[in-house]
Amino acid sequence: MKKEMICIVCPRGCHLQVDEESLQVTGNSCEKGAVYGRNELTHPTRVVCSTVKLISDQLCRCPVKTDQAVAKDKIMDVMHAINQIQVQAPVKIGQVLCNNIAGTGAKLVATRNIEH
Amino acid sequence: MTSVDHQAGAYPTYDLIVVGGGPAGLAASLGAYQAGLQKILIVERDLYLGGILNQCIHNGFGLHYFGEELTGPEYASRFIDQVSDTPIETALDTMVLSIENTEEWRYIHMMSKNRGYQVVRAKALVLAMGCRERTRMQIQIPGSRAAGIINAGQAQQFVNLEGHMVGKRVIILGSGDIGLIMARRLSLEGAEVVACVELMPYSGGLMRNIVQCLEDYNIPLYLSHTITDIRGRYRVEGVTVQAVDEHFKPIPGTEVDYAVDTVLLSVGLIPENELSRAAGVQLDPRTSGPCVYENGETSQPGIFACGNVLHVHDLVDYVTEEALAAGQAAATFVKQEIRGSETPKEQNRIEPDQQLTPSLIALKTDDHIAYTVPQHIRLDKLVEMDKNVRIFFRVRQIYPQPMRLIFRDSQGKQIASFKRPYMAPGEMENVSLPTALLKQMSGQELKLSVEDMA
Repeated sequence: MKKEMICIVCPRGCHLQVDEESLQVTGNSCEKGAVYGRNELTHPTRVVCSTVKLISDQLCRCPVKTDQAVAKDKIMDVMHAINQIQVQAPVKIGQVLCNNIAGTGAKLVATRNIEH
Repeated sequence: MTSVDHQAGAYPTYDLIVVGGGPAGLAASLGAYQAGLQKILIVERDLYLGGILNQCIHNGFGLHYFGEELTGPEYASRFIDQVSDTPIETALDTMVLSIENTEEWRYIHMMSKNRGYQVVRAKALVLAMGCRERTRMQIQIPGSRAAGIINAGQAQQFVNLEGHMVGKRVIILGSGDIGLIMARRLSLEGAEVVACVELMPYSGGLMRNIVQCLEDYNIPLYLSHTITDIRGRYRVEGVTVQAVDEHFKPIPGTEVDYAVDTVLLSVGLIPENELSRAAGVQLDPRTSGPCVYENGETSQPGIFACGNVLHVHDLVDYVTEEALAAGQAAATFVKQEIRGSETPKEQNRIEPDQQLTPSLIALKTDDHIAYTVPQHIRLDKLVEMDKNVRIFFRVRQIYPQPMRLIFRDSQGKQIASFKRPYMAPGEMENVSLPTALLKQMSGQELKLSVEDMA
């Protein structure tokens, strides 16, 4: 059996066919697409982007992301953990706000420079 | 606005002024700086540079330009950091009121809380004001005017920048990328997004966003459907969704009611060209943006345009490329102006070989293509280094099968042909047309058409 899916690695959106037994991927235009196709079938993952509360005299939210894709079924756990976090300005892009968010092994990092 | 007395006083003077500090304005100013201009000013109405990227906290930016996946604020910061390492000046929290074009100078009237009303001038100008969302008024949904009917981008600002949630049960009208992104964002923040409804038989957004924003969260997408009623006295209480026929008319008997408290609209973007229009810049009704030549110059000499003010893009990476090129072109213009003022202007001397090839080419399209940018190409302006002319366009329908894009001259002679495996209105296309081929064409018109592979 082949599973049809659309690759979300880049805006091109290749139509992939992934063999459910051999995990052979066809329809991809790059190696990243093949990796995505295999992962999507076996253990789908996503990067989670959100905001945390920010103490600053300029802004009130600091955008954040997980530094790696987390298991899809952990996304809401990650969101719950993100909503407990608060950060004080100044903030630098890449600053780690949580080392292991919701036990996923991913770091939560800031994605905006906020001076004060 | 009264016009300035050009003889009186000294105005702060720049080589280049860029109106707008979003992705287009940032890249245009950097393009001009890298091409050798020193006195550059960016005028931005917000408190920060970066424009709409600051509220686009999701990832997926920069894959094309940087080869890595960045969030909106990260993508913006790459350019903000570069600008802050240069002598490029910025006027933040400053609104441009009007633009005035004279032969020698481009004047900007602007207003800010700190510096009040100011007039500044430059040899050249880049328009990079971006676009704004179409509203309920422009699509005329019947029903009440209850609170809770919000544009998707506005909701994005409320949620991502200001930390306010916009609703608990949400329906989204329009499947543009912002609507799709907000479907996911609101789901993550605990709202229930009941459906995404699209009038057209295809989505206006990128395929990857349908997958990762709707399918991931089990949000149904109803194509060829629209909202035909909004109910609720103070707050939205419900909507009626109906299927539409091929003429977009609602089909009686297909009504389905949804109990929702919020309607998000993602129904298109309009380039923000009030300043351009008032400055006498000719606009193209197809793009709602300025008509431009091959280098991004508008009908007003010395005024260039790039980014979403020129035509609405789906990828910021293309905005960056277009804006860098417009900034470089503006720099070339400024250098020629300075040189021109030092030496007497040479009359437009026609070279013998230029008599054979027309210097101004109008780009036309068949019915399957919505528009092209640029709209005109000046062959005589193409310099040695311009090996290709980049042409951006959108098709009007989905082509799931491979098609050919063909350029023909006024005599019907084929000038160039390109193959595309898949095309859709939601995804802007571009081709690089070799200058050498352009010089072989005859007549003043070049027509782009979509044809079968046969």
